[in-house]
Amino acid sequence: MKSLTLRHIKSGAVTGLMILATLAVLTPLALVFLHIIKMGLSSLSLDFFTQIPKPTGESGGGMANGLFGSALLILLASCIGLPIGVLGAVYLTEFGSGRLATSIRFSADVLAGVPSIITGMVAYSLMVVPMKGFSALAGAVALALIMIPIVLRTTEEQLKMVPGTLREASLALGVPLWRTSLKVMLMSATKGVVTGILLAIARIAGETAPLLFTALGNQFWSRKLTEPIAALPLQIFSFAIAPYEDWHKLAWAGALVLVCIMFGLNLGARWFGKAKRYGN
Amino acid sequence: MTSENSQAEKMTAPARAGDRLFRRLTASFALSILAILLLMIYEMTRESLPALSKFGWKFISGNNWDAVQEEFAALPFLFGSVVSSVLAILLATPLSVATALYITEVAPKKLGGAISSLVELLAAIPSVIYGLWGVLVMAPWLQQTVQPWLVENLGFLPFFEGAPYGVSMMAGVLILAVMIVPIITAISREVLLAVPRSQREAAVALGATRWETIRIAVLPYGRSGILGAVILGLGRAIGETMAVTMVIGNTPQISWSLLSPAYTMPSVIANEFAEATTKIHSAALMEIGLMLLVVTLIINILARLLIWSVTKGQKKGVA
Repeated sequence: MKSLTLRHIKSGAVTGLMILATLAVLTPLALVFLHIIKMGLSSLSLDFFTQIPKPTGESGGGMANGLFGSALLILLASCIGLPIGVLGAVYLTEFGSGRLATSIRFSADVLAGVPSIITGMVAYSLMVVPMKGFSALAGAVALALIMIPIVLRTTEEQLKMVPGTLREASLALGVPLWRTSLKVMLMSATKGVVTGILLAIARIAGETAPLLFTALGNQFWSRKLTEPIAALPLQIFSFAIAPYEDWHKLAWAGALVLVCIMFGLNLGARWFGKAKRYGN
Repeated sequence: MTSENSQAEKMTAPARAGDRLFRRLTASFALSILAILLLMIYEMTRESLPALSKFGWKFISGNNWDAVQEEFAALPFLFGSVVSSVLAILLATPLSVATALYITEVAPKKLGGAISSLVELLAAIPSVIYGLWGVLVMAPWLQQTVQPWLVENLGFLPFFEGAPYGVSMMAGVLILAVMIVPIITAISREVLLAVPRSQREAAVALGATRWETIRIAVLPYGRSGILGAVILGLGRAIGETMAVTMVIGNTPQISWSLLSPAYTMPSVIANEFAEATTKIHSAALMEIGLMLLVVTLIINILARLLIWSVTKGQKKGVA
């Protein structure tokens, strides 16, 4: 009997440790979060969205060019990355049973784990060196390289969940495989695919390291794709490590906006992911 | 599923040129994944050749990094990366696994779900934001509160020698641990969820307490998957750039004191690559990148094999 009590005490103690560990995990994360909200709200103003950074020493200014630059980079990266990722996933679902397909899946998983700074270096030697300069295009290529494996794997997961009977019904009606695949399969899985795309965009929206030597960042408005362009994460980085109080404030405001964008995308993805699919 | 595919293919593909084109087109997109991976390895190797041939093995044994004299050796960066990642893993693993166990084995379903979606959201916070918090909030706190206390009370140990700077190896380790905890927790949770219910029920039926059930039924089943999660976390820690660069102090030195500033492989790339003017300087940075790439590839392959083996076995078991 005594040993049974002891065993229960031990079990209870371990459970207590687990609760402590969970609290230890959530505390720093809550601190980060609360601090961003507190500092961000106190430094955020309309100027943040309409002004570009002021020269050193002047107060005020905003990150409008960074917001614009980030949006442009994400758009360009999506134009490159999404077709490759989604159609690659279509291949894996339709024809992907052999060893080649397995190695493609495996490579995608491994590629997703490559540090993003390496992706930046590769984009540098592929784009910046031949074009003889930092550019928005190079930044977009770096982000696309990060996006492709994520989109590929999530899209394939979603396509696999479409009931096989749908495909069979379509093929039995004499619809060619390519139309079945694109119209029936991909359309049925749209919500899931959109979820994956939103998550991939959320991931690249916050990437800083791959842009350091591709898009480079600047303090002005730039419209040319062959020139360096500002991006929100890059601005947060350079303002955070600068020794000026005013710039730190802008960095906090930028962080708040970036976190809101990330959470918005994540919540959007969840909402899409939860919505009823396939009608059954 | 697969036999259906090939059947459907046999029925339609030969007859229709559209299907053949479709297959080739999608195949080329899928193959681009392999191409990207190979291209990465090729480009990084090609670009680091000048440094590889000039410095040879001295590159990883020396510690003189001097852009003016064009002498480059990377030992301090290797040291900084290995020490910061390993310490962060040691700190993060017990916390993450315990949290994952709490979510799957103890917490009421709703609470567990809430905690795990919170953890997932936190995994989505960009590195640069952790860095911002680290450099403006955590580092000053370490400098003013934690490190003076350590110097005063534990200063006789070599790990707590020197002046409290705030930005230090310690700050790097802490920020890395905070950042990889969500990843290890999320994957461990998935692995633990893959443990069949019957395993737990068998243990409970034998009269096991909750901890005994976890120890004899849950953990052994999920062990390789959790190991995979930890290795994946290690890969993430080694490649982590922005947050570490912002708090670790960026000083190329080898010191056993947690209070002294250090430097990591991704940090030196982040700081110097855009301004590297000489060919040999950028080649040296490329070589550091190549080492980083090779190490993370090995780590990721290992981790994926481990995680795949667990989650795949489970799917087969259910079906």
